Amino acid sequence: MTTMTIAKAINEGLRATLKNNPKALLMGEDIGALGGVYRVTEGLKKEFGADRVVDTPLAEAGIIGTAIGLALRGYHPICEIQFDGFVFPGFNQITTQLAKIHARSAGQLSTPVVIRIPYGGGIGSIEHHSESPEALFAHTAGLRIISPSNAHDAYWMIQQAAACPDPVIVFEPKRRYWQKGEINTDDPGLDPFQARVIHPGTDATIVVYGPLVPVALAAADAAEEDGHSVEVIDLRSISPMDFETVSTSVEKTGRLIVAHEAPTFGGVGGEIAARISERCFYALESPVLRVGGFHMPYPVARVEEHYLPDVDRLLEALDRALAY
Amino acid sequence: MAERRRAAAARVKEPAAPPEAQTTRAFPADEPPEQLLGYYADMVLIRKFELSADQMYKRAKIGGYCHLNLGEEAIVVGLMAALLPTDYLFTNYRDHGYALMRGLEPGRVMAELFGKSTGVSKGRGGSMHMFDVGVRLLGGYGIVGGQLPPATGAALALTYRGAPGPDAEVVMCQLGDGTTNIGAFHESLNLAAVWHLPIVYVVVNNRLGMGTTVEAAAGEPELYKRGSSYRIPGERVDGTDVLAVRNGARRALDRARLKREPALLEVMCYRLRGHSVVDPARYRSSADVETAQAADPVPLLRQSLIAAGLLDEAEAQRFEADADARVAAAVAFADASPDPSPSQLFDYAYATPVPNAPHALPGEPVVVLP
Ligand SMILES: Cc1ncc(C[n+]2csc(CCOP(=O)(O)OP(=O)(O)O)c2C)c(N)n1
Ligand SMILES: [Mg+2]
Repeated sequence: MTTMTIAKAINEGLRATLKNNPKALLMGEDIGALGGVYRVTEGLKKEFGADRVVDTPLAEAGIIGTAIGLALRGYHPICEIQFDGFVFPGFNQITTQLAKIHARSAGQLSTPVVIRIPYGGGIGSIEHHSESPEALFAHTAGLRIISPSNAHDAYWMIQQAAACPDPVIVFEPKRRYWQKGEINTDDPGLDPFQARVIHPGTDATIVVYGPLVPVALAAADAAEEDGHSVEVIDLRSISPMDFETVSTSVEKTGRLIVAHEAPTFGGVGGEIAARISERCFYALESPVLRVGGFHMPYPVARVEEHYLPDVDRLLEALDRALAY
Repeated sequence: MAERRRAAAARVKEPAAPPEAQTTRAFPADEPPEQLLGYYADMVLIRKFELSADQMYKRAKIGGYCHLNLGEEAIVVGLMAALLPTDYLFTNYRDHGYALMRGLEPGRVMAELFGKSTGVSKGRGGSMHMFDVGVRLLGGYGIVGGQLPPATGAALALTYRGAPGPDAEVVMCQLGDGTTNIGAFHESLNLAAVWHLPIVYVVVNNRLGMGTTVEAAAGEPELYKRGSSYRIPGERVDGTDVLAVRNGARRALDRARLKREPALLEVMCYRLRGHSVVDPARYRSSADVETAQAADPVPLLRQSLIAAGLLDEAEAQRFEADADARVAAAVAFADASPDPSPSQLFDYAYATPVPNAPHALPGEPVVVLP
């Protein structure tokens, strides 16, 4: 057991990957000497050299595209995108090439590229520094999408992503980078594509992932004071999605609230709501409710708190669910 | 792979020699002194504004990220002196000085940095997104390269509206050195060339894209040559010399205006501080920082004006005091301005009301109970 921040945990996970897999390499803007905008790759260039920690020009399509080419010839590139909104120059390569080459080549080729994207708000910055675009990627078959919420998962999930033969996009909760937690360095404990029940309860289920996990736990604590027992699930993997764990919980609680920072419209929560309504129709005591960002560009710092789902908005949704 | 990269490293060209370390510069006889003093006053205003923005950021009055024009004052003033009020301007996120020089009140620019409702974009754009249609500032852009294709399209629009000539309108599109490596730059230049568009691309070469040097990132580090694959002529000028910048910009703008052909202007300078306010720039050597400071355009122009007998110490101090007062007033205005109201959170998402768009206030139920 050891304790560290999420940012440091990813750093250690990357270090372990570079050590264990000679075919793994990191690519990104200013990830070497600077250690990346969030210092997640700090020290790695010094330790592994410029061939394994590659500073690239400012060119996201080029970074992701060349990572695909490296993967086609047996390498395992791990790309850093500086902020959520900066991935889009590379979106073309991700959705049209990275996601499809395995299928297109009838399995002859695979593209084990990992793309790390710090995402979400809460840092007082506008639009493309604070967005949660996971649904845009989840809509594309062929990509796996995960989001760790704590140091232990951060340490392991980056390594598991790097070992996965499919492309994996790791959405890192940037406002939680400095959140500390314990890591069991001997055992990941769980497959990266499975959800985890992190707070047991009987009256309602809240499904969250990434940066909203601490918010959901705080809401569950607050609800407990009001006499409501809330089960919290950390989804961890957005695609594929672990409907099994969620439906098992909903069969028990009868109520489901899904929360994410991304706008609810067309979001991941809608997919969960639809699936759970199909699978648990007779167990549900209320409609599945979603709490999320609004259908508008991510706002500036001064109104950000009104945009981001918080404990109050989760509790309000809980009240509505329990009122049925 | 290692070998090949080493070979590539061996090919890396030496950085272009910095402008001769100068303490003063002479002025052409036909430059009106008031105009020179006006340029100086403008540069001092930008300098003071940016230093104040730095302070306000550190006092948490400004959120997010904030990129300053420190070291680029002569460029901003020179470019804006050449651009006509009828021309259009697109910039990157390092846009405060440009907004000021297009004539926007410092108070409104500061209020935008503060995210206040009285800001240039009503507090909705923030530091990186200055938009004011009245002065034909069609945006600062936070995504690297984001401004390039839209600026090119705006130039295309101009070709539908009138013939080239001295009264023609043109577009200026500012970008950084690092931005010449992104695909949008190359697509835009090519389009501008094949469509003969009235646009000037201005590459502000401050030698760094965040922590990455031009030599490490650009296959052709002499960036003014990067237009040559599109037969767009390029020129490099000293960005610490306001007249050199203005004159270079005029030549390029004339080509766009009179001949309806694109041009590329590279202006050389140094970034005096980190990439943004929060970047301590530890990746820079102390020698590099010293070179940058020696090329600081503001004291250089001050010394030159004094040497030319156009300015004395007392007057120079008055310029500074004036700028200080204007910036202090801007801060006071921004401070006293109201925050955007949460009730306006949903404004401007669409140009007209959209049926069924969720627009409940935060905290109000988005789904109403039956
Ligand atoms: C598509 C994209 N990728 C990365 C970034 C992060 N970023 C912001 S500015 C910058 C460096 C740009 O350098 P340059 O073009 O030289 O402009 P300067 O900041 O020096 O004015 C980077 C990497 C971004 N804003 N957009
Ligand atoms: Mg630069």
